[in-house]
Amino acid sequence: MSAVIESHNHDDHHHGPTKGLTRWLYTTNHKDIGSLYLWFSFAMFLIGGAMALVIRAELFQPGMQIVEPEFYNQMLTLHGLIMVFGAVMPAFVGLANWLVPMMVGAPDMALPRMNNLSFWILPFAFLVLLSSLFMEGGAPNFGWTFYAPLSTTYAPPSVTFFIFSVHIMGASSIMGSINVIVTIMNMRAPGMTLMKMPLFVWSWLITAYLLIAVMPVLAGAVTMMLMDIHFGTSFFNAAGGGDPVLFQHIFWFFGHPEVYIMILPAFGIASHIIETFSRKQLFGYASMVWAMASIAILSFVVWAHHMFTVGLPLAAELFFMWATMLIAVPTGVKVFNWVTTMFKGSITYETPMLFAIAFVVLFTIGGFSGLMLAITPADFQYHDTYFVVAHFHYVLVPGSIFSIMAAVYYWIPKWTGNMYDERLGKLHFWLSFIGVNVTFFPQHWIGLAGMPRRIPDYALQFADWNMISSVGAFLFGASQILFLFIVLKTVMGGKKATPEVWEGSRGLEWTVESPAPYHTFTTPPKVN
Amino acid sequence: MNEGSKKTIRTLCFAVLGMFTFSFALVPLYNVFCEVTGLNGKIELRATNVKNIEIDNGRDVSVQFVSHNNEEMPWTFKPSEDNIQIKTGKYHTATFYVKNTTNKKMVAQAIPSVAPSNAAAHLKKLECFCFEQQELAPGEEALLPVRLIFDDELPSSINSVVLSYTIFDVTDYNDVEFTQHHNDDHHAGHEMEPSI
Ligand code: HEM
Ligand SMILES: [Cu+2]
Repeated sequence: MSAVIESHNHDDHHHGPTKGLTRWLYTTNHKDIGSLYLWFSFAMFLIGGAMALVIRAELFQPGMQIVEPEFYNQMLTLHGLIMVFGAVMPAFVGLANWLVPMMVGAPDMALPRMNNLSFWILPFAFLVLLSSLFMEGGAPNFGWTFYAPLSTTYAPPSVTFFIFSVHIMGASSIMGSINVIVTIMNMRAPGMTLMKMPLFVWSWLITAYLLIAVMPVLAGAVTMMLMDIHFGTSFFNAAGGGDPVLFQHIFWFFGHPEVYIMILPAFGIASHIIETFSRKQLFGYASMVWAMASIAILSFVVWAHHMFTVGLPLAAELFFMWATMLIAVPTGVKVFNWVTTMFKGSITYETPMLFAIAFVVLFTIGGFSGLMLAITPADFQYHDTYFVVAHFHYVLVPGSIFSIMAAVYYWIPKWTGNMYDERLGKLHFWLSFIGVNVTFFPQHWIGLAGMPRRIPDYALQFADWNMISSVGAFLFGASQILFLFIVLKTVMGGKKATPEVWEGSRGLEWTVESPAPYHTFTTPPKVN
Repeated sequence: MNEGSKKTIRTLCFAVLGMFTFSFALVPLYNVFCEVTGLNGKIELRATNVKNIEIDNGRDVSVQFVSHNNEEMPWTFKPSEDNIQIKTGKYHTATFYVKNTTNKKMVAQAIPSVAPSNAAAHLKKLECFCFEQQELAPGEEALLPVRLIFDDELPSSINSVVLSYTIFDVTDYNDVEFTQHHNDDHHAGHEMEPSI
């Protein structure tokens, strides 16, 4: 994609950022808000990661040594909620803020004030959630899936604050998605037709529609819980004619599209990076768009693959099994595309490319274990074991998280004007890569051997692999401190980046200087 | 902001409201779906008005009754007979024995479930203690009736059906209306309630 910028003179921009802390509080600038989201997400990543390390420390050896089982459950629940809603989702929203306006040639997001609001309610939501740790009865302890009646009849009193914080997170996501959709649909530069949009923009457009469709359902689910707990209704209470299985249906109707919300933007990112460092055009742009769209649509009809063991009738078990396996087809199309793009390319292995290749390989492993789980009769054995934990960590950590890290390395020269330290970046990659595999690969085996998930203690035969898994987790955790260091170092200085940053990079964002000026594309560029 | 953006925003806001409403609509949809298909072993918690369902040459079905106490529900609750043989198209009355073993007044609600689930749609009840809440004084006991019939369309592969009841302590919920399927004008349950 080539573009011409009509006016390259940015001295005539009216104003830069205001000075001081209030800049961040009142900012309506998409780049500022993007940075806020990204820093917030990183803070949550560290907090959620610390909780994961509490979990892994307890599981280092069989027996109970460090924490009480009740506290273990609280760590487990908060870890899941913080990683999903605090780390992965805000990171993607941050990337969307930084990149979508620049990629479509718009001066800013469509609704800048709402953009400010949707960010600033997030820290508040997580403060509420985290404060529940200090409340009587402790923090939520029912798992990130908060199945009723664990989260209603048996919940600690802090569940009300949990519900409140989920409502706020939902509101934030919905506002964020409205902003993204309106920007993409109405503010593209002249000449940028839908089928000329960069794939990251496409992936976010589809993600935003998924969010609009399912976040209200999540809000509905927690509202029903709230009513069951405080207003005596019986949505999920069998004694009053309700049904706890209904909760699972509603939750997973949100939950499965949610897992694609956490991976579709990663698909977009990987496509850009692989294309750039293979020095080839992406093999099949249109098929990538169609694959993402069909994955999104299919994601609404597979939710019950999380519920194979609740006693579904045979017809439903079969339907959800085949529908789930069908998703492997468009997913396969994407993997095929990435591999074919690399094939015979003049590849160089800078840090973003390393993360992107690891993303393709390890995400595919996660996809394969997903296929195994989709086999209904096999899932009766795998369900609620560490095999499931291994599956979703493979799609989420070297999937979503690696793609976010790849994106940071790829675009940080554009954001800061400085190149990151390539040697340290590679070191960070290899430590993370080894850490992630040492942590999660053995969990496949202990899962198949029957170790249940969500337990603070386990039978002796699982001891060895658990110990190895814990070592890997601490390695992975430590290497993220290195990541923080690299990012800070890049923000403060480093080799100056050129506007195009990477040889032959494609896309409007590479046509503006590095660092990108505070205001870009105040007059829309022309896209041929 | 241009007209196009405003229109997009309006449409998206409607979509959000629509999906929020849809999440609540899932509740009745789910119940209707389960009742119509009999999935989940759910049966209607109200008397079915069935005429012309009785026939003379029905086939044998064995019915097992199962009782559960939810959580710490202290009442004694058990079927008078564990197992009966009945014919499709013929009414039968079975009874369950309950006793409030505590020294306070309590209210209970029984919730039925049928296995295999595809038998649920063919099991009709003229009356059942599960249609309403049961209130027992301290130490009070009762025989609770259920009058049931299998229609003739019961799949021929099914020769044996389990009818299970779980009894819940709803004393604290008692002021709350039991809404979902409750049929207020049905009181047949009480007439048959013999005290022993
Ligand atoms: C080919 C693609 C995929 C297939 C066939 C698949 C299949 C499945 C199945 C059948 C389960 C339920 C296992 C059980 O609980 O017994 C599951 C769980 C899970 N999957 Fe996937 N999956 C796929 C991709 C993904 C992706 C892309 C993500 C997220 C980025 C993801 C995240 C999860 C999570 C978080 C759970 C566990 C939920 C929980 O119980 O807490 N999956 N997957
Ligand atoms: Cu799923």
